[in-house]
Order: sequence, then C-alpha cells, then structure tokens
Amino acid sequence: MSITVSTRSGQAMELEGKVGLSLMEVIREGGVDELMALCGGCCSCATCHVFIDEEFLEKVPPISADEDDLLEGSAYRDGRSRLACQIPYTADLDGLHVQIAPED
Amino acid sequence: MVPTTSGFDVVIVGAGHGGAQAAITLRQLGFEGSIALLGDEPYLPYERPPLSKDYLTAEKDFDRLLIRPKEFWEERAVQVFTDRKVTKIDPVTKLVWTETDEAFHYRNLIWSAGGSARTLKCEGAELEGVHTLRTRRDADGIKEALKRVSSVVIVGGGYIGLEAAAALTKLGKSVIVVEAQDRVLARVVGEPLSRFFENEHRSHGVDIRLNMSVHRILGGHSVTGVELSDETVVSCEMVIVGIGIVPSVGPLLAAGAAGHNGVDVDAGCRTSLPDVYAIGDCACHPNEFADGRHVRLESVQNSSDQANVVANLLIGRKAAYVATPWFWSTQYDLKLQTIGLSSGFDQFVVRGDPALRSFSVIYLKTGRVIALDCVNAVRDYVQGRKLVETRIQVDPVVLANVDVSLKSLVEPMSIDSASLC
Repeated sequence: MSITVSTRSGQAMELEGKVGLSLMEVIREGGVDELMALCGGCCSCATCHVFIDEEFLEKVPPISADEDDLLEGSAYRDGRSRLACQIPYTADLDGLHVQIAPED
Repeated sequence: MVPTTSGFDVVIVGAGHGGAQAAITLRQLGFEGSIALLGDEPYLPYERPPLSKDYLTAEKDFDRLLIRPKEFWEERAVQVFTDRKVTKIDPVTKLVWTETDEAFHYRNLIWSAGGSARTLKCEGAELEGVHTLRTRRDADGIKEALKRVSSVVIVGGGYIGLEAAAALTKLGKSVIVVEAQDRVLARVVGEPLSRFFENEHRSHGVDIRLNMSVHRILGGHSVTGVELSDETVVSCEMVIVGIGIVPSVGPLLAAGAAGHNGVDVDAGCRTSLPDVYAIGDCACHPNEFADGRHVRLESVQNSSDQANVVANLLIGRKAAYVATPWFWSTQYDLKLQTIGLSSGFDQFVVRGDPALRSFSVIYLKTGRVIALDCVNAVRDYVQGRKLVETRIQVDPVVLANVDVSLKSLVEPMSIDSASLC
C-alpha cells in the first residue's frame, strides 16, 4: 500500500509506510522534512497538521476533543484538517492523498 | 594514530533536537555547503522526551524515536558522525577536536551540545544501580536493570523524576520520590499545580518525601537502600537521579566564549566567538518572555526554533529568536501543557477545578498574563497563547471564570488597543 504526500512547495511524494505506525511517522520516515512533529506524536502540539483528502475523512478515526482544540489554534484549519500523529496508518488508507498544511 | 582533519562549511556539535533541526532547516532553505553533525552518542538524532515516558515503558521502540530515518541524512548530504565527543575548540584556526584527536575545520560552528545529567555527590553515588535519565543508553540501562528491581528511589521531583515515577508505577514498581524543596516541580510551576501532581502520584501509590534529600546511598557493590536527610533508611534496588542538567559548554568557555550559566548568546544565537553560534539547552539567551532577561530553556521548542534562527542567518537572511516558549509533560493520563514562562509571576489564578482533573493555572505579573500551565485543558493552552503573546491585562476574576473562553478575552482587547493607536 502507498500514499501520496504533497509538500508545501507542491511536490508530490509517494510513500510506502508500515502499518502500525501513525500517519505522522510514515510521513517523517518517508523523508518529508517539513513536518516538524515536535512533540513526537503525543497530541501536545500542532506541528503535524495535514489536510486529508475528503474521500478518506470517513476512513480515519473521529477527531478527539484535544486534537480539535489544538487544530483550532491554526490559522489554516479547514474541514480536511487533522493532526497526522492521531491517525493510525492502516490498510484503509491505501491510495490516500495528504497535503502538509502551511506553517503557522 | 595520525590525527585527521576534515573541513565543513557548517559543523554542528550535538546531534539532539537542536542540532538535527539546524541541519534539516539549512537544507530546506537551500543551503548547499557541506554539513557535519557530530554527536557524542552512538545513535542517529533521536527524540529525548519519550525516554522518560513511553520508551521507558516499552510502548515505543527506538526506531520510532528517530528524528529522521538514516537515509534522510544521506539524501540531504548531512554527514552524521556518531561517537564524537568534542573536547576542544580553537576559534582562531576554526578547528574543533574530538576526544580521539580527530579535527574538524568549520566555517561556521553551531554548538548544540545540550547538557549532561547532574549526578549526586554523596557517598554511594557510584554504586551499581544508581542511574541518570538523559540518554538512550541511560534508559536502556534502567530498562534492563528493572527486570531484577521492584523498588526504586527517584531523587528529584522535577519533570524527569515525576515522568519516570509515572512510567515505573505503570510497570508495577514501588516508587519513592525524594524532593529537596517543599513541593514537587517547585522551580517551574505554581503551588496549586505542585499539590495537584503530588496528589495524583500519591493516588497511584507513589511515596513522595518533601523537604528531604539523600544523605547517602547504601550497598556493597550494588544499591540496597538510601539514607535520607532525616536519617530514615528506605530500601530499594535502584536509584534514579533526576536533578537537572549541567550545560555542556566546557570547550566553548575554555576557548574564551562568555557564559556563566551555559554559554551567552545574543538574539541571533551568536556566542562571543566569531562564527560560533549556540542553541538549545546550553544557550543562555535574551528572551522576551522573561522581560528580556538571559535564560536557558530546556525544551524541544526552544532548541528547534533557535536552530531555525541560526539556519536563516547562515543563508544570509535576517532572523532573531522571539518564539513563544511552550512545553509539555505526560504523566499517567495527565497532559500538562505550558505556554509562556511563569518565572517572576506575582499572582496566579486557578481556572477550573483540579478535582475534575482538568484545569489551568494562569500566571500574571503586574496584572498581565505571562504564562499558563494547563492540565488536560488543551483549549486553554491553545487560546491562552494569545494572552501570553500580547501580555494581556485581564481581571483575575474573569480569568478564573470557566464560562468565559480565553479566546473571547483577546478579541475585544485587540479592538481596544487598535482604537488607541
């Protein structure tokens, strides 16, 4: 399975990740350098903000209150916004397209 | 062995969060010069915070701690040198030497060596079973020894000590925390938060001894117990010392760099030595959020943002360190998030009910908000940022009212201040 990640500059990268990691870890492992993910994935910052393709929004777990609040701090939030660390990388995500959100 | 010398446009000493981020940002910004990243540990750059949390409890393995995979550094042409401890700098010839006399010539030097765990000086401090918790090696040593350990004394009720206490409790160990001050986290948070964390730890079975220090550590070859300052003796098979760090700046100071608490830098992270920058835990920098005072901050945020400042300067852009400080800690199911710097506060407000395990402590100085500690209160943390950044003046009674969102306090004020202009 693989996913496509669009960087801030618009470059598209196809990544194959390991099931069991988070989407944030798959993107980081894939060598995308602009996802800071400063807190390491414990939902304590909002530096792994991504936009998930709408057709996949139903395939990812619902947003928690903490994640919702953290995203609220971003000026770029829209209906596709998620924190990549909160999304388990599962087979359901095969073919996912995800875009790195602008830096706040 | 004949000493070897290699030359790089940028030599980064320290392969932690700051050093790694400096290299990452330089390449992101299109820097094409050569980069050497020297770390004194045998590993690629990794995240340190999990060492006292889910790495200790084995919920995360080491691969998941790597800041970037191995291939990343190769692809970005960042030469990572592991096991290189820098012991000497010559700012005139622009050389750094490692303890094995390997020399690296730099055009610009970024010092991000962090610090080493402070150790106890008392009798028995060298016994087997006495650990610090700063590096992967430390954490692995603790994890290995834990197989034969049921009781642990943790010296120091700061973040590391309390996080370790939570992790060890989760692993079923019996834990005593010994804290010299009259409350835990005394240096960093207000009293209500200290008391809250003490209660939480006690409810998980942790024995917290305040106003207490370690007189000596007992045991022949390995630890069998600890004698406390009130002469009581507690038995244990392991001691974890979490009493802060000593900034690793010896070679810089020996080379003539100014500094008393770490190394002094300006807002551009420049030391007093030419073309030598310092970032992260060891950099004593002027911070707007501390009224411009020079402070050292030990945090991922600080090291990453300072790394970005230096990377920008090195490619010829203007940059200064003005980032808003933030921190986090995880203990049990508690998420503590801090925004701003609370030191120097003259008043605090508790917002929410600690008994509900979701509340914030808001710190004020001369009536203005300077920091928030938020426990399971992410919304306050996010919305409180603006209060800190604008140093807003708010009636404490309003701050304490959970029915008033912190966000709503910002907007009317900004209209007010706009109308004043």
